[in-house]
Amino acid sequence: MADFSVLIGGKAGEGINQAASLIAHLLNRLGWRIYVYLDYPSLIRGGHNFAIIRASEKKIAVHRDKIDVLLALNQDTVDLHKHRLKDNSLIVYDSDTVKSKGSGLPLEKMIKEEGGSAIMRNSCIIGAFCRAAGIKQDILEEVFKKHIPREADLNIKIALRGYNETEESLALPAISQAPFSLFTGNEAIGLGLIKAGLKSYIAYPMTPSSGVLHFLAGLSKEFSLKVVHPESEISVILMALGFAYCGEKAAVGTSGGGFCLMNEGLSLAGMAELPVVIVMGQRPGPSTGVPTYTAQADLNFVLNAGHGEFVRLVTAPGDAEEACYWSAVALNIAWKYQIPCFVLTDKTLNEATFSFEASAVDSVKEEPPLLWDKDGDYKRYLNTETGVSPLAFVPRKGAVIKASSYEHDDYGITTEDPATITSSYDKRLRKEKYLAQDLEKYRAVKAYGNPSAECAVVCWGSNKGVCVEAAEKLGLKVIQPLVLSPFPLKQFSEALKGAKKVICVENNATGMLAGLMSARGLKVDKMILKYDGRPFSLDELESRLGEAMR
Amino acid sequence: MSQNDLGTYAVNTWCPGCGNFAILNAVKAILDELRNEGFPLEKVVLVSGIGCHAKIVDYINVNSFYSIHGRVVPVAIGIKLANPDLKVIGFAGDGDAYGEGLEHLIFAAKRNIDITMIIHNNRVYGLTTGQYTPTSPLGFRGRSTPFGTRELPINPLELMLSSGATFLARGYSHGIELLKGIFKEALAHKGFSLVDVLQVCVTFYNMYQYYTRHAYELKDHDPRNYDGALQKIREWDYNKEAPIALGTFYKKEAATFEEPFRDYGAQVDRGSKIRQLLEKNI
Repeated sequence: MADFSVLIGGKAGEGINQAASLIAHLLNRLGWRIYVYLDYPSLIRGGHNFAIIRASEKKIAVHRDKIDVLLALNQDTVDLHKHRLKDNSLIVYDSDTVKSKGSGLPLEKMIKEEGGSAIMRNSCIIGAFCRAAGIKQDILEEVFKKHIPREADLNIKIALRGYNETEESLALPAISQAPFSLFTGNEAIGLGLIKAGLKSYIAYPMTPSSGVLHFLAGLSKEFSLKVVHPESEISVILMALGFAYCGEKAAVGTSGGGFCLMNEGLSLAGMAELPVVIVMGQRPGPSTGVPTYTAQADLNFVLNAGHGEFVRLVTAPGDAEEACYWSAVALNIAWKYQIPCFVLTDKTLNEATFSFEASAVDSVKEEPPLLWDKDGDYKRYLNTETGVSPLAFVPRKGAVIKASSYEHDDYGITTEDPATITSSYDKRLRKEKYLAQDLEKYRAVKAYGNPSAECAVVCWGSNKGVCVEAAEKLGLKVIQPLVLSPFPLKQFSEALKGAKKVICVENNATGMLAGLMSARGLKVDKMILKYDGRPFSLDELESRLGEAMR
Repeated sequence: MSQNDLGTYAVNTWCPGCGNFAILNAVKAILDELRNEGFPLEKVVLVSGIGCHAKIVDYINVNSFYSIHGRVVPVAIGIKLANPDLKVIGFAGDGDAYGEGLEHLIFAAKRNIDITMIIHNNRVYGLTTGQYTPTSPLGFRGRSTPFGTRELPINPLELMLSSGATFLARGYSHGIELLKGIFKEALAHKGFSLVDVLQVCVTFYNMYQYYTRHAYELKDHDPRNYDGALQKIREWDYNKEAPIALGTFYKKEAATFEEPFRDYGAQVDRGSKIRQLLEKNI
């Protein structure tokens, strides 16, 4: 398939993220499918930030090692990415600050002459890229107008300066397919939550899930969402449970370190049977780890977090559509079963930009919880067949609604009576059986590639994109569980049928999914693990799969 | 459980003579008065933490959220933000509010969220059998400090005043009429209110005689004067021997945190707005 990668790099603070977004939108407008990988260290100014914008005929969810265009705003970008260049790669660089082969433009001088500010160097270099790639001037203007929040006209003027002083050399074709919307994983999560009836989002900023907070805060007025940023993650989850008690659907977002603080609130949700969605964006740990990079090392933590025993849903979407869909499902299931539900993601998925199919958001809707509609005494924890008690919310005349962190009877009054403890405990745990049955209605495990292949690649979360594309090239089968608790053993075993060799691909050092499989009697022959904070590129996984199959 | 009676079937397990009874009786009396004045009790939500105090929610037949140690405040804030029409009353112990959950209390005061916090301040951990708390005096000998503490107590009212609280009062678990009056005023206050109740633990730290000897009712005090309030709050620092004022130290009108949230929660056509968003991101 036709495939094309652009790398833009510079120092933090030079607007690389925004520039990558503009390039993505330009290529999107030509009908290409987009994936953007962002790489940046944890600092505000300086360092080296870069983005790889990959465009392809078909939908993709991974970057490639080699690039076709290098746009360099500083010397590091040229020096650090030499190995990515092909013989015919185009290099456009700021000749005022960078020494390189290729096509140099005096960006500093040009923006000064046009009356722009330093950050507008990236508009100038994008203009040059457009001309080199044969992207028409009106498309450039249209995309800049639509996607630059401030001073679009000046940016266009500066971009056209770069445009006019460059020669066409790439002749990038337009693809005759309609452009998609572009969303990051974080934004897709936000869309899913909104669609499923989210009323409030509470979060303390933490990479890589801060994007959900920013996205929903920006939409709070339009969608009538209460978005709160309190003093700590402890406060975050407790506030969310206060919202849930009042019948308002709430979600929270964090990463490993913040989730550590949420654990007592998580257990409270388990005992008090209060629904909450927790977006858990993984990054390398333990502790602060490598805050702006990626990992999949919190699976065991999330599966086992909180003290005591209680039912939870853990979903691990693999791309933007799945992030949207499963966030909505998580919210619906949280309220249907009155349990905490996780959307377990990682930095790669959270911050990457994808071509997003609208059907993902169309396919979900808000599902009403089981409501109490009777007169007489209200029992918040009525012991039912499914373990799910009908809900009533304050203020409700005639009903006294008592939620409790303590072991309690049907009314919510504290108990230490052994028989009541046992029956209340059983009531809560019974939900898992019904939840597992319910999950049969969902595609909790997906399979891709060659269904009759003897070698199956198993992956979870953001590795879906790279595994599916690599496996298609190599003729393998891919199995991706989207739910990790309750473990969809039936669907998983079904998908695994016929596989003689199973290779697990994960971004952690110990093979957490492989461990989960082994604990359920599912054999894993090999593990391909990567834990340097970087996601697999397509080329890298292809080569490591090749080795593993030998 | 019918709401005609404010009690429940829960068996009260507090020690005989516990200061919590006075708080329970005063709160029930105030809720009854509220109801008689026409305030619907279904709009009241009680939140408690963990400790002897927390059992109060089991003993009162109104909506409640029995939360966890130190976390009364964020739960109460969540409830108030979800529905600003509710009257949210938080109960917490001194270990609970001034120890493990202190950050939340400071932020609640800073935000001036309209909740009332009633602190059962017995200056000892009761349910865990007698350890020192943030308000125990210097040298306090508890089970974790058999040779006496080496730290001074916090003056919670001084801390709350500097954090931006707009209503501060002190009560005492002896003399229910005064306690009721203080609670009523705190509940009527629009904004963050905190009542520090000297609630005596008869088992582990019986201070009845001491408090009765030192306590006096605040009179001719202008609660709208910040400096005057600070002076009165500093009169007794929870350590030295000094007169202990009971009543309202400080009261101020200010914008409340939950008010703007009233505008949120309206039904919107999310489907069409999402379609616009999809279009915008092409």
